[in-house]
Amino acid sequence: MHLDHGDSYPHRHTHSAEPVRADGTRRALRVGLGGPVGSGKTATVAALCRALRAELSMAVVTNDIYTREDAEFLLREAVLPPERIAAVETGACPHTAIRDDISANLEAVEELEENVGPLDLILVESGGDNLTATFSRGLVDAQIFVIDVAGGDDIPRKGGPGVTTADLLIVNKTDLAPHVGSDLDRMARDAAEQRGDLPVAFQSLRGPEGVAPVADWVRARIAAWAVR
Amino acid sequence: MSLAALLVLADGRFPAGGHAHSGGAEAACKAGRIHDAATLAEFCRGRLHTSGLVAAGLAAAAAHGLDPAELDTAADARTPPPALRLAARRLGRQLLRAARATWPAAELDALAAAFPRGAHQPVVLGVTARAAGLGPLDAAHVAAYESVSGPATATVRLLGLDPFEASAVLAGLAPELDAVSGRAASAALLARHEGLEALPASSSPLLDIAAQAHAEWPVRLFAS
Ligand SMILES: Nc1nc2c(ncn2[C@@H]2O[C@H](COP(=O)(O)OP(=O)(O)OP(=O)(O)O)[C@@H](O)[C@H]2O)c(=O)[nH]1
Ligand SMILES: [Mg+2]
Repeated sequence: MHLDHGDSYPHRHTHSAEPVRADGTRRALRVGLGGPVGSGKTATVAALCRALRAELSMAVVTNDIYTREDAEFLLREAVLPPERIAAVETGACPHTAIRDDISANLEAVEELEENVGPLDLILVESGGDNLTATFSRGLVDAQIFVIDVAGGDDIPRKGGPGVTTADLLIVNKTDLAPHVGSDLDRMARDAAEQRGDLPVAFQSLRGPEGVAPVADWVRARIAAWAVR
Repeated sequence: MSLAALLVLADGRFPAGGHAHSGGAEAACKAGRIHDAATLAEFCRGRLHTSGLVAAGLAAAAAHGLDPAELDTAADARTPPPALRLAARRLGRQLLRAARATWPAAELDALAAAFPRGAHQPVVLGVTARAAGLGPLDAAHVAAYESVSGPATATVRLLGLDPFEASAVLAGLAPELDAVSGRAASAALLARHEGLEALPASSSPLLDIAAQAHAEWPVRLFAS
């Protein structure tokens, strides 16, 4: 264990986990985005790329379940040049690839850094999964869990590792709340109860504010990363 | 050798990337060649005696300490489809990552330095076995077992095959797994003295062709 490592970043043995490499260069901050199918992970990734690409050198890894749709959406939308988008195949088990066996994702992350680096930020999108799917700390430095108001306003109350422990919880598609009868105040109360001091962002990518608050959160993580 | 180390290496949960590969089972399920436990057993038997035997021979030879670079060339020569070479190197690199973290050893570091884009998985497996204090026969057993356990797990996911039936298929193949591993280990011993031509070179053209076609599918669950 290195003495200069705080408790939140324990020493890891994954050969690419240290923030500063042997040659003194700093690797990119890795942020994972997980959450149920269709909650808005890819849309958030795309919006973050648009918001941050002018100030940060970025890349994206997608974990599609059985197609290359997420990667292709990002390519089609041209949110980043194609060489900055990599797709990992997950063998029908998206949570395995981000938690139990992260080797393919680590390969993708390192290949991006090798091929288009140096990078400041790599976003890793998980395939849509259930409420227990979280990222390994050996793969990402911070994780965002994305749920939406249409999936039911009782999801924050149900908790689970994603809702409870993610570094940021996004409750997405707030523009739909009136149409699906979701109570945003109740979702906020339940989320606060589950998460204590951990932040929650209510977001509508269709609204004027869009991804801006989440982009600010990422900027703060980047700033903290740069001094580690 | 340590029986416990062998269990760690052979454990399906060992984080070396295998879970995303079906060993040809996805293509075979789609083509209807695998549709129940009996056809899964036939598929696994064919794979075991062809690519399984080849992988086991390479792994055993690497576990003997034969030159990994020469073994990697021998593996290329025994793997005609580009898609399978690519998959084998990817998996080799993923295994090497897990191995270096699990059993740190100078030999593994040297292999990583010599093959930045990855060496064939069975070669890495053999060197890993050495680092874990295991012998050539152990390495052959792991390679042979992986050649059938991957397709069995994938078929459970692809067809909803009863997982108990899939386990029974693997158990039923145990005597053949032992025999293939023994053959591979003997060939590796011979290769030490007579050169790598002594290593098994059997192949399954249908597996090869299907694997190459599978790599071009636009929609699939498994990487290979
Ligand atoms: N109304 C509304 N729709 C949104 C919002 N964000 C995303 N969507 C839409 O929701 C649908 C699903 O969004 P994606 O970003 O593909 O969801 P995902 O979480 O990546 O989905 P998977 O990768 O399949 O799990 C798309 O049609 C988006 O356009 C939002 O804030 N409001
Ligand atoms: Mg998506």
